[in-house]
Amino acid sequence: MAKSPSGASSKRTEKNYELRLYVAGQTPKSLAAFANLKKICEEHLAGQYHIEVIDLLKHPQLASGDQILAIPTLVRKLPEPIRKIIGDLSNTERVLVGLNLREQ
Amino acid sequence: MMPAKRNKPIKLLPKTPTGIPGLDEITAGGLPKGRTSLVTGGAGSGKTLFSMEFLVNGATEYDEPGVFMAFEESAEELAQNVASLGFDLKKLIKQKKLIIDAVRIERSEIEETGAYDLEGLFIRLGHAIDSIGAKRVVLDTIEVLFGALPNQAILRAELQRLFRWLKNKGVSAIVTGERGHDTMTRFGLEEYVADCVIVLDHRMTEQVSTRRLRIVKYRGSLHGTNEYPFLIGRDGISVLPITSLALEHKANTGRVSSGVKELDNMLAGKGFYRGSSILVSGTSGAGKTSLAASFVDAACRRGERCLYFPFEESQSQILRNMRSIGVSLAPHVKKGLLQFHATRPTLYGLEMHLVTMYDLIQEHKPQVVVMDPITDFFTIGTKTEVKAAITRIVDFLKASEITGLFTSIMSEEEAADQSVVGVSSLIDAWISLRNLEINGERHRGLFILKSRGMPHSSQVRSFHLTGSGIAIGALDLAGRRASVNSA
Repeated sequence: MAKSPSGASSKRTEKNYELRLYVAGQTPKSLAAFANLKKICEEHLAGQYHIEVIDLLKHPQLASGDQILAIPTLVRKLPEPIRKIIGDLSNTERVLVGLNLREQ
Repeated sequence: MMPAKRNKPIKLLPKTPTGIPGLDEITAGGLPKGRTSLVTGGAGSGKTLFSMEFLVNGATEYDEPGVFMAFEESAEELAQNVASLGFDLKKLIKQKKLIIDAVRIERSEIEETGAYDLEGLFIRLGHAIDSIGAKRVVLDTIEVLFGALPNQAILRAELQRLFRWLKNKGVSAIVTGERGHDTMTRFGLEEYVADCVIVLDHRMTEQVSTRRLRIVKYRGSLHGTNEYPFLIGRDGISVLPITSLALEHKANTGRVSSGVKELDNMLAGKGFYRGSSILVSGTSGAGKTSLAASFVDAACRRGERCLYFPFEESQSQILRNMRSIGVSLAPHVKKGLLQFHATRPTLYGLEMHLVTMYDLIQEHKPQVVVMDPITDFFTIGTKTEVKAAITRIVDFLKASEITGLFTSIMSEEEAADQSVVGVSSLIDAWISLRNLEINGERHRGLFILKSRGMPHSSQVRSFHLTGSGIAIGALDLAGRRASVNSA
């Protein structure tokens, strides 16, 4: 399910956003989170992001690595420091704050 | 394991042993099997240790692997903290008998947006349980989540789901909670855990710190309702009373000198058995403390460690008095071999005395323990209580292969009736000191009432306190001064 849109020329610098979305099966919350994330990234980070979706039902052992408790959880692996956003990402403003995109 | 539900008489609640000495006795078998128990207490009350011991004992003694989900400490910290108690967590982890999953959540790095649940926690825990077939689970302490997740409504709903889920999993679980101001836990975890609630407490009473444990609730089971003192000792937690009347201690054949050569001669030439229990009884002023001090002096000269509990005299008083008969204990104190711990019996209750003595014994690790005199305990307890307490001490000393010397004060009338102490049957060697009147002269007399497992003298000997120690000799019935062998 990994997506990595390519080709889009970027207004920003080389900054790369490595994002990981943790879900547990195809629940409405997970699907909403993915859709919301996709939309926000396209609008604000076109061409500079990489989303990896991890389904913990298939890979339960991956939950502890990123200290996942809540589902869905979005982890911004890069740029550092690591940030986490929990919930279905329905509040775009807060997602942008969480990803540290607001100030820029 | 589960029997058919129909057509059966009512089953007692199945229990799972904690392996914590004393606790399984007062709960009549342990914690409720397949249920969740709540262990709550203030900071430093021993919750983490309690729950870790539940898992370690499960893994090592009952073939029940366990999962420890730590919300406050890292796996490394946990392993270090319990290593001093001989728990080798790394080994258990390697053997797939234990999993430690340290949950770390930083409020500052979490942003909340929209609906979520705690399925990640369930998956982590479920995965850990399934991967080693865990039967026991600890969540320590899940209340941390209240500080980490802003949405309390979601959290409470999820906790409720978690406790149901644990029950369905059939694991015996402990969740720990921090004691609140006027509630059992700060965030009301007791609402979710209905089966068993244990409160741990660490408080100062009379300048002495005591740990206490109380079973507040145990649905469907009888349980002791008292507050029980407990210790965190060398091997983890033990709850008093320890009903250790199993008589399993092995008998030691090594011998130790009584510190008085003539007395050793009366005891088949070699003195007492190491690890035995010795009673020195006598009237006031008969020389009990002097005999105890000589014994201690000899032990310290051999390089052994001694712990002396005087209940009537202070340390300096004993040191001074013993110096007057040529027994110099001060150097042993200076070297750290000999430790005095003087208390009035009335200072605190019997249980507290036991706990304090256990603690000090664990700490000082002596080869010899003296209690002078044990009869003072009768001022703070009934005969039955005191006997039970002394039984426990004797058992404990024997199990630890410590030689115990107890003195006992008797009136002249009691001295004639030789069973009055009530604990005499527990004692291996019994020395009686008596004032005798012979031909109008007062003599101090010594004789051995019993000494298990060795031939011993049955004579009444004269007993003198000289400037150079205790001298024992033949009783001079002619009325002249008894002949005294040099010590």
